[in-house]
Amino acid sequence: MEYINIFVKSVFVENMVFAFFLGMCSFLAVSKSVKTATGLGLAVIFVQLVTLPINYLLNKYLLAPGALAWLNPEYASLDLSFLSYIVFIAVIASIVQIVEMVVEKFSPALYSSLGIFLPLIAVNCAILGGSLFMQERGYANLGESISFAFGSGFGWFIAIVAIAAIREKLAYSNVPKPLKGLGISFIITGLMGIAFMSFMGIKL
Amino acid sequence: MDKSILKNPFFKANPITVLVLGVCSALAVTVQLKGACVMALSVTVVTGFSSMLVSSIRNTIPNRVRIIIQLVIVALFVILIDQFLKAYAYDVSKQLSVYIGLIITNCIIMGRIEAFALGNKPFPSLVDGLANGMGYGLVLVIIAFIRELFGSGTLFGLQIIPQSWYMANGGFYENNGLVILPPMALIIVGCIIWAQRAVQKELQEER
Repeated sequence: MEYINIFVKSVFVENMVFAFFLGMCSFLAVSKSVKTATGLGLAVIFVQLVTLPINYLLNKYLLAPGALAWLNPEYASLDLSFLSYIVFIAVIASIVQIVEMVVEKFSPALYSSLGIFLPLIAVNCAILGGSLFMQERGYANLGESISFAFGSGFGWFIAIVAIAAIREKLAYSNVPKPLKGLGISFIITGLMGIAFMSFMGIKL
Repeated sequence: MDKSILKNPFFKANPITVLVLGVCSALAVTVQLKGACVMALSVTVVTGFSSMLVSSIRNTIPNRVRIIIQLVIVALFVILIDQFLKAYAYDVSKQLSVYIGLIITNCIIMGRIEAFALGNKPFPSLVDGLANGMGYGLVLVIIAFIRELFGSGTLFGLQIIPQSWYMANGGFYENNGLVILPPMALIIVGCIIWAQRAVQKELQEER
């Protein structure tokens, strides 16, 4: 039950895009058509699902205050948490690079549809943000962090597909000239954010 | 050195309103002016110095792994800033929470490194980084000014709207709670872009 709760909360109530503005750059840049948006969204879910559990384990057994105690009880007073940024981002960047090479080798079809988005994901704030939130909130076990990873990635996926669909329709509407493109996308995202705020306080 | 490196990021090629870089943090830290100023300064410092460092070793970085190397360099500066803030401005550091760490993935920094620092000498890269950081900071301060003034009636925590104006004290005024909510930041940025593109017609898009 706790897992479903974390999942629903991270998809709707604490949506990465609408509540925390994470991953806005690619959210606005790659949301011109539903097809590419779906590709990027799926890639984000995938990378989030791989990196967040790894970072969870690294945080638990290496970085958190006193985490090194399993190695030697004398290390219990060590606190390496100041290293977490560098470790998390190194994990994310290298996983993205490895995933890119593996996909390129074994599934050229997937690579040609997903490939161009993979390097973009290394600097997608939603991925690093997920790891940092995981650390800040202190999820209790691996299962919770996996369900948070899936939820936050899925929330991002929903958000980008939704706005891409709206932007496709927007081509037929009469928007004031200076507001076309970027300006109206910002305002629509804001309105969608207000809509998503109605999920606030939902608890399963 | 070309003066446009210094001038463009403020208006013509502003990182947020024109290049759409670094939007994530721009929105989250703008509820109060103080947080926005600290964030603007941190981003300026990190962008400037990481551009300079990457530029000075640009000829020795292998192309295939350059993203990882750049990210590690940026992370280094962000850790310095984070530890500095924790030591000297703990309350601000708490308020900004994960967004300090997220400077690492702030697209302005990677964007400037990829677009400028990899092909230019260290000193112009430093200037370009600092100028872009400041252009970003300018937009941040504008948004925070609007949000704090109308949302809580204060600037830098000081009361600007007179207390006697408030409904509670028999006046006519009430703070606009909507401005403090996250989605309103997006709408304010949308309006800033609207205003800028109304002046600069060449930036307007077809669709």
